[in-house]
Amino acid sequence: MTISRRGFVGGLVAGAGALSTSSAEAGTIEHFEGYPGRYGLLHDTTLCVGCRSCEVACAEVNAQPKPSQSIGDQSVFTTVRRTTDTAFTVVNRYQEADDDKPPVYRKLQCMHCNEPCCAAVCLVHAFTKTPEGPILYDPEVCIGCRYCIMACPYYALAYDYDNPIDPQVLRCTMCYPRIKEGLNPGCADACPVGAITYGRREDLIEVARERIRKFPDRYINHVFGEHEFGGTSWLMLSGIPFSELDLNEGVTHESLPAIGTSYLSVVPLIVTIYPGLLAAFYAFTRRKDKLAKQELDTALGEAREQAQEEMKAGLQKAAEKAKKEREKAVETAVGKALAEQQKEGSS
Amino acid sequence: MSEATLRDERGGIFTPFNLVTGVILLGGAIILTIRFTTGLASTTNLSNTNPWGLWIGFDVMAGVALAAGGFVISSAVFLFGMKEYSPVVRPALLTGFLGYALVVLGLLADLGRPWRLPFPFIKQAGPTSPLFEVSLCVALYLTVLLIETTPAVFEWLGLKWWRRLVGQLTIVLTIFGLILSTMHQSTLGAMYMVTPTKLHPLWYSPHIPVQFFISAVAAGISMIIIEGLFSHRAFHHQVQISNEQFRGINFGLAKGGAVVLATYIAVKVVALSLENEWRLLGTSWGMWYLVEIMGFVVVPCILFAVAYRERRLGLARVAAALTVIGVVLNRFNVTFIAFNWKVPHEMRYAPAWTEIWVTVSLITLAVVVFRWAANRMPIMYEHPEFPAMH
Repeated sequence: MTISRRGFVGGLVAGAGALSTSSAEAGTIEHFEGYPGRYGLLHDTTLCVGCRSCEVACAEVNAQPKPSQSIGDQSVFTTVRRTTDTAFTVVNRYQEADDDKPPVYRKLQCMHCNEPCCAAVCLVHAFTKTPEGPILYDPEVCIGCRYCIMACPYYALAYDYDNPIDPQVLRCTMCYPRIKEGLNPGCADACPVGAITYGRREDLIEVARERIRKFPDRYINHVFGEHEFGGTSWLMLSGIPFSELDLNEGVTHESLPAIGTSYLSVVPLIVTIYPGLLAAFYAFTRRKDKLAKQELDTALGEAREQAQEEMKAGLQKAAEKAKKEREKAVETAVGKALAEQQKEGSS
Repeated sequence: MSEATLRDERGGIFTPFNLVTGVILLGGAIILTIRFTTGLASTTNLSNTNPWGLWIGFDVMAGVALAAGGFVISSAVFLFGMKEYSPVVRPALLTGFLGYALVVLGLLADLGRPWRLPFPFIKQAGPTSPLFEVSLCVALYLTVLLIETTPAVFEWLGLKWWRRLVGQLTIVLTIFGLILSTMHQSTLGAMYMVTPTKLHPLWYSPHIPVQFFISAVAAGISMIIIEGLFSHRAFHHQVQISNEQFRGINFGLAKGGAVVLATYIAVKVVALSLENEWRLLGTSWGMWYLVEIMGFVVVPCILFAVAYRERRLGLARVAAALTVIGVVLNRFNVTFIAFNWKVPHEMRYAPAWTEIWVTVSLITLAVVVFRWAANRMPIMYEHPEFPAMH
């Protein structure tokens, strides 16, 4: 596998990269598989004994306070805990011990997605998917909107709600500084039963498959994290359905950024189509008004002309009538006068 | 309108209105002081599982929808030539401007580092984020609304040259406002497209951007009717239009409301059918969904239609109130009620009283500023020296 040019240039964040390539080069059908040789961790829940050594190691490595309840304190498992701003990993018990079956534990932390949703939804691009696998967070640009926390499907991100000055988003860094030094992540080194394996992600998938092949009765035939929402750096094996471990089993292989931010491709269309369309609407309205005015003017003009003609005709008629009446009056007067003259002459 | 009568209407400083609003605003200021000195934890019920609460659900999500009246009515009047609605343009634009200002204030209270608000534009952009688009649009649209509100200010101050200048920008601003509103009203819904496992499937939909846009138009129209109910009474001495004209505008809005809500119902049915989620209506979440859709979308839609046909102003106002409640309920459902629906009960979110107080303070602030402006500027009436310029 080689790094494609656009994958390398545009894809410093895998999620953002996938999105920018799909929007910038829409029409291409190439597929970016992710950075080759990147690292990951495999958590085999069938081996986990719930000792919480990983929690202690995580706190030490990240200079956080030790877990409030000491190792061996079983009361911690009565509630389902989640990661916080001081505990970047926690172990929960999801199934109590049965006669012949041991209890089932799962370790929670940032899954370090192949195409991280937190990175795609960040409006200041504070998250970066490194070629090594871990997702890094830059507190120097973070404005504290917490959209990343809201968007994370694994409830793995936490926030500094008590800090009024410089609160941060806090979570597992996959021990990026240690990885760069060639060391294993703290939790992987601390696990006394080998439930956490660190290595190249592609190798870990092979390891997981091999275990399922060797012990088909021990495992569900599924490697969680291989494909869920585009896949994660953390992979999981389990003997019980993943849904019983509070995980979304059977979700699409499409990444959340691909599902969730596709609508943004419509936005440039609104900007490009609306001005012309709305100007056209405005022009229609103006034209309609203009036509209506023209029609009104024409109608008024015609009405005026007709009225004038009618008036003219009426006047003429009246004048003729008056003339006739006058003539008649003259005639009558003349007749009367003549008759009187005759009467006078005869008398 | 003489100065004397205006002053009489306003009264002194210690009016009951001023005292009540003063107490609310003072309380809000105290809570916000605590929030900014000790962090979000002290004044909110926000948690790692529920990073967004009332301040996002109401102040931003519902606030933007309720402020949609400005772009709806200015587009109708200036672009589509429905001049009979021009008396409500200025109140709607002022409400829109104050609504968006409230959105930004609410956001500032909610952001972890609010002083970094311009960072997406000056420091580092995250253009793949729906929120990036929303913030860019809201910033630009707030500016557009500010300019669209200035004619009243310039008339009040008697600045004729400036008044003519902004008058000439009307069409451009209206088109720009409609573009920006289409974009961010829908993208606010699109923000939830990344949470298919967290938002209940009855509310999650690939069509959620369209649903948000259409419901915002319904909310905007309804807000103009409700605002008319208060301002027509409170500013009756300023209102120049006849009662008949005022009723006619309201019935026209009711007709529009009925059509928009009917469209919204159709879009919701399409979403249900597309994902074939009908069986979910039988669950308890389905009942809650039906309360929202039947009670606050279907019922007001019918009431709007009846109000228009039978010329019943009171009924139109009831329908408008139900629509507004419905849109707020929808945004609450999407933001925190039907969100995290699989999370155990004890980890669910309910707003703290301090969060509610701050939200009420912001609404109060908007009402106070509206009242202040409408008492001084030609919002409800045409300025005698600037007739028919808007």
